[in-house]
This record gives sequence, C-alpha cells and structure tokens, in this order.
Amino acid sequence: MNREQHDQLILHTALTAGRIMLENGSEIERVEDTMIRIATNAGVEGSQVFVTITGILMALNGELGAQIEPIKKRIFDLEKVSVVNDLSRQFAVKKITLQQFSNRLDHLDSETKYFPFWLQLFAAALVSGPLEVVFRHNLPDFWITCVVGMLGWWVYYVLNKFIQIRFLSEFAASATIGILALVGVHYGLGNSVDDIIIGGVMPLVPGVPLTNSVRDVLAGNLVSGPARAIEALVSAAAIGFGIAMVLQFL
Amino acid sequence: MTITQFLIESIGTYTATVAFGILVNIPRKALNTGGLIGLLGYLIYRFTVLGGGGYVVGNLLGAMAIGVASLQFARMKRMPMILFNIPALVPLVPGGQAYQMIKNFALGQNTVAFSYLIQVIMISGSIAFGFLLSELVNRVQQRFWQQRG
Repeated sequence: MNREQHDQLILHTALTAGRIMLENGSEIERVEDTMIRIATNAGVEGSQVFVTITGILMALNGELGAQIEPIKKRIFDLEKVSVVNDLSRQFAVKKITLQQFSNRLDHLDSETKYFPFWLQLFAAALVSGPLEVVFRHNLPDFWITCVVGMLGWWVYYVLNKFIQIRFLSEFAASATIGILALVGVHYGLGNSVDDIIIGGVMPLVPGVPLTNSVRDVLAGNLVSGPARAIEALVSAAAIGFGIAMVLQFL
Repeated sequence: MTITQFLIESIGTYTATVAFGILVNIPRKALNTGGLIGLLGYLIYRFTVLGGGGYVVGNLLGAMAIGVASLQFARMKRMPMILFNIPALVPLVPGGQAYQMIKNFALGQNTVAFSYLIQVIMISGSIAFGFLLSELVNRVQQRFWQQRG
C-alpha cells in the first residue's frame, strides 16, 4: 500500500468512526478526541478535525485534501458509541490493524443490534410505573401507568419506523398517552389523570440531547451545544403540545 | 419518609434508570452501574430536600454526584461516560412540574403556569450547573493524575 492509499484509509476510518459516533448520540469532544487518536495511532501527527453536529471535516498533514462527512440522521444507540470506543482502544494497543478497524466499522454501520422489541416495551413500562410512584407516591395507579407508558412507547416506535420525524412521533405518542390516561380514569382503572400522564411520558424524555447539550457547551462547542438544546426543547414542546391538546377536553 | 416508602422509592429509581438505559440501547454490562449511579444521584437529591436544603440545591448536588461518579466508573470500566450519566439523569428530570406547567397553560391559568415554568427553569439550570461543577472536579482530578503519572 503506497502512501496515498494509506492516508486515504486513515481518513476513511476516522471519518466513519466519527460519523457513527455522532449519529448515535456521542458528544462532540469524544468524537474529536477519537478521530485524532486514530490518526495518531496510524502514524500521522498533527491532523486537524472540525466536528459539528451536522457534519465532520478532517485533514491529514499529507498530500490529500480535507474530506467531509455529513451527518444526516440522528438516533439514540449508545451501544455503537461504546463499540467504536472499544475498537479505537484495540487499535491503539495494536490488537487490530487499520484495515481490520475500517472493515469492522463498515460492518457495524450496517447492522443494528437493539434490544428486542418486547424488551423495549417492557422497559418503557418499567420507566413509567416506578417513576410515577417515585414522583407522585400514588401506588394504586402503578399498573395502569405501566400499561399507558408501554402503549405510548409502542406508538412512538411504530411511527418512528414509518414517518421518521421524531418530533411528530413524540407528539402522537404523548397525545395517545393523554387519551389513554383519560379513558383509564373514566373507566375506573386509575385515580389520577395527572399522575398517569406524568409517569407515562417519562420514556419519551429527550435524555441524550439534554445531557449532551450541557457537555458540549461546557467543552466550548458553541455551535453544537445550543443546537442540541434546541433539539431537546423541540422534543419537550412536541410532548407538551400532545398533552395540552388532550387536556383541552377535560 | 418511612422505611417502606424509602425502599419503594429506591427500587423504583433503580428500575426506571436501568429501563431507560434499555430504551437508549446502552451496552448490557453498563446497565447495572448506570442504575446504581442514578440511585445515588436521586438519594442525594431526596435527602437534601428532606434535610431542608431546597430542591435547587438538591438537584445541583444530585447532578454533581452523577457527573463525578459517572467519570469514575467510565475510567474503571473503560467505557464512554455518557453511558452512565444519560440514564442516571432521568430520575432528576422535573417531569411533574413540567406537566403542571403545560396543564395550566392549556387550561388558561397563566399565573399558576408561570410559577411552574420558573420551577422547571430553576431545576434544569441547577442540573446543568451541577454537571458543570462535576466537570470542574473531574478536570482537577485529571490534572492531579497527570502530574503524578
């Protein structure tokens, strides 16, 4: 492999690693750090990266120009962030070669290893019910909150598959939660609409953008941090509108 | 707070944190740790509030504990820090106040809604500031480690 091909491989590996991490919910500082580490461990000192939430630019100190990698989708799959992190560590201690690293990344990109759907539903139920009890101390409504939260997540998940606009899915899911809570209380399955809704929307909380926006702003990424804060705000607003719409019928 | 209530709250917080971890697909071996950190953060918040410290200070200390503990475990397990602090933050989210705010805005009771809005802003701000303080602790610790090593 000549010099130019080697440089190209480094760029490809670093950019793919960066893109996978950003798409799946990593913070900016970690992406920058990982990409520079990959280049350094592959034998190139003084590479430059420019990472924002919608795209990455990277240049090596060789003859090749800088290359761009756009970030088009944004989902939450923190396992992939962890896998890229592991691969980068393995590459650093020379357990895998650059070519193997690149192949593993391409492979990782095409496969999704989520928890099975039934387990996600179960988890959504277990976020809703316990948090309702923790926040509101309303034990009798535990079961109905579990069911409502689970059905809300089901709506969110299915809509996300078909329309792929997260804010709309969140809106529809929270409206469903509101309606189900009203129906549940009407038929005597629960006591308090408020408590059921509070528990039921907890699985939809935009935890990843919330946490990352704080971390990005603190790290000095003044473009990506506020952008993520807006993402979290729009999510929260979508959930709020869904609930508010239902509450008009009280 | 009775012992039963304490146990129910602790178990509930732990379960909810682990379950939220499943929803954002964090690796299996990080789930338990995330749950424990979430429990730690929540208990610190709860006892601060019970001790009369107020919810702003409580959230601040809780978020700070989460930030510091996450980094320790991230270092120990050699995994990214966000795997631990994202699910751990969920029990601190001001869900109840945010809901009351939405409800009162929807019903046209703006005065009540604004007072809840202020609470939501205060809590979110104190959580963010808690993270900032934890970052400060982490940076100081890193500097200390580098100088020794």
